[in-house]
Amino acid sequence: MERTVKPNTSNILGLGIESTAHTFGASVVNSTKILSDVKDVYKPPEGSGIHPREASRHHTEKAAEVIKQALEKAAVKPKELNFVAYSMGPGLGPCLRVGAVVARTLSSYMKIPLIPVNHAVGHIEIGAMLTGALDPVVLLVSGGHTVICAFEADRWRIFGETLDLSIGQLLDQFGREAGFASPCGARIEQHALSSSNLLPLPYSVKGQDVSYSGMLTAAKKMLHSGKPFDDICYSLQETGFAMLVEVAERAIAFTEKKQLLVVGGVAANRRLSEMLKEVSTRHGAGLYVVPLTYSGDCGAQIAWTGLLAYRAGEEIQVERSVVRQSWRLDQVDVPWRSS
Amino acid sequence: MAVGSSGCALEKLLKKGAEADIYVTKWFGEEVVTKIRKPKTFMHPKLDAELRRHRTIREASFLSDAKDAGVLTPFIYYVDSVKGEIVMEYVTGKRLKDVLLAERLEKVAPVCEELGRCIAKLHKKNIIHGDLSTSNFIINDRALTFIDFGLSSTSQRLEDKAVDLHLVKQVLKSAHGKIWEKVFQLVLRGYGEIAGSGQIDALLAKIKEIERRGRYARVE
Ligand SMILES: Nc1ncnc2c1ncn2[C@@H]1O[C@H](COP(=O)(O)OP(=O)(O)O)[C@@H](O)[C@H]1O
Ligand SMILES: [Mg+2]
Repeated sequence: MERTVKPNTSNILGLGIESTAHTFGASVVNSTKILSDVKDVYKPPEGSGIHPREASRHHTEKAAEVIKQALEKAAVKPKELNFVAYSMGPGLGPCLRVGAVVARTLSSYMKIPLIPVNHAVGHIEIGAMLTGALDPVVLLVSGGHTVICAFEADRWRIFGETLDLSIGQLLDQFGREAGFASPCGARIEQHALSSSNLLPLPYSVKGQDVSYSGMLTAAKKMLHSGKPFDDICYSLQETGFAMLVEVAERAIAFTEKKQLLVVGGVAANRRLSEMLKEVSTRHGAGLYVVPLTYSGDCGAQIAWTGLLAYRAGEEIQVERSVVRQSWRLDQVDVPWRSS
Repeated sequence: MAVGSSGCALEKLLKKGAEADIYVTKWFGEEVVTKIRKPKTFMHPKLDAELRRHRTIREASFLSDAKDAGVLTPFIYYVDSVKGEIVMEYVTGKRLKDVLLAERLEKVAPVCEELGRCIAKLHKKNIIHGDLSTSNFIINDRALTFIDFGLSSTSQRLEDKAVDLHLVKQVLKSAHGKIWEKVFQLVLRGYGEIAGSGQIDALLAKIKEIERRGRYARVE
């Protein structure tokens, strides 16, 4: 791709649009800070998962209002914007297309560059910006991702990942079986606090990878056999997180990096950070956790990464701006970072 | 001064590994390595004790099973599964990780093929190493030695062997991103010499399937 790097001026203003799954978000940033971050989250009925078409209908209905509020809160007029960024993937097709359509329209109408952003890179960059982590091992834990990566040889390289379910899916699918509406992480964390009784669940670490499908099956079985609910929640967290912490530790030991950054929705879990704190200390590394407000999917992750990409000269023509439902982290160009 | 349950002095820390501390010590006058899986206080104590005990036992037993399969591993002198301690031969040399980062590809090509042959020998005996990272192979002028069998298991399933090879591919892609394809080809060539090319095709198809499964999870 041809790129012309833009001068590092501070008066760039950009709008970012997030719509990979449950969340429709919009945010305005300038070169140094987040000026606004507005979202509206689609809530599926209790006990059921996300319906991509229902979610996309929600996004279509809310898009205009969310974007309007993001601009108003930032006190920025549409004509002041220098670019519009959107989450190109990975995610659910119908949801992604809503964000893409809105972004294309704004880009064409206002004649400003359209910037495609990878959602996972967005989680990482907003975390790095807000915590000041420069060259970390990253643990990305959310509904869509369970990945350990680090920046090597021009890309975010995947050191470890899940072989089946993400940690978010493990928690959500178990929670839904118990009748909660997803996302269920916070409620499971709440219940886990009332127990300290560890029930045996399969612990599955393979090299740098984890596997959660056996754990989900076992936990559901416990639920139906009437084991105390708090105990199951506690055991899911203790065992599921211990596996994550172990593979994060493996990546730190291997790369010998001195920073560990945790991003994504599950980063909000306090028990997880507590466990990670200990391994980072053992390896003399600093622990950086993305602030709660920006841990879940949000427009700011797209706006901020869009800004980095815009400055590096990235841009996509409207007619080529398709969405990419599966777009692997290690396939993304990251011209604004160096290894 | 700290002393291990074997009586070895624990002074000279060689490495803080992914899960264990590695000390260089003396065993009846000989220079040896003590690998200790210390308690991890972030884990529930029951889970931690269970894992450390299991992995220590597994490591000791697979270090010798691998030897029977024709793969070089350190000799074991002492095992304490409750303390999570193994005293073993000190293998001098460099880790494959460091060699790959420092040397030109032509120079390391023979080692990469040998790596493939050794993995195939293990798999032929249904030994799954479970942690085929480039920091777990030591190279010296005599041979290639495999270490770190704490995650090893026995299985004849194609799936488990494919996961093992997927781990090799993953560590090459992540830590040796500029040369990973060539190195992985060499490993596969060595593997094929022992296991046959039909087995390679089956494994590669399985690896593809495994990698598709874990990629961006659909939020349902
Ligand atoms: N027997 C040995 N001889 C020489 N060096 C060793 C030996 N065992 C381990 N090491 C060194 O210590 C590091 C960590 O050991 P390893 O057994 O892989 O522990 P971990 O399970 O923590 O990764 C290895 O990468 C290697 O550099
Ligand atoms: Mg190791």
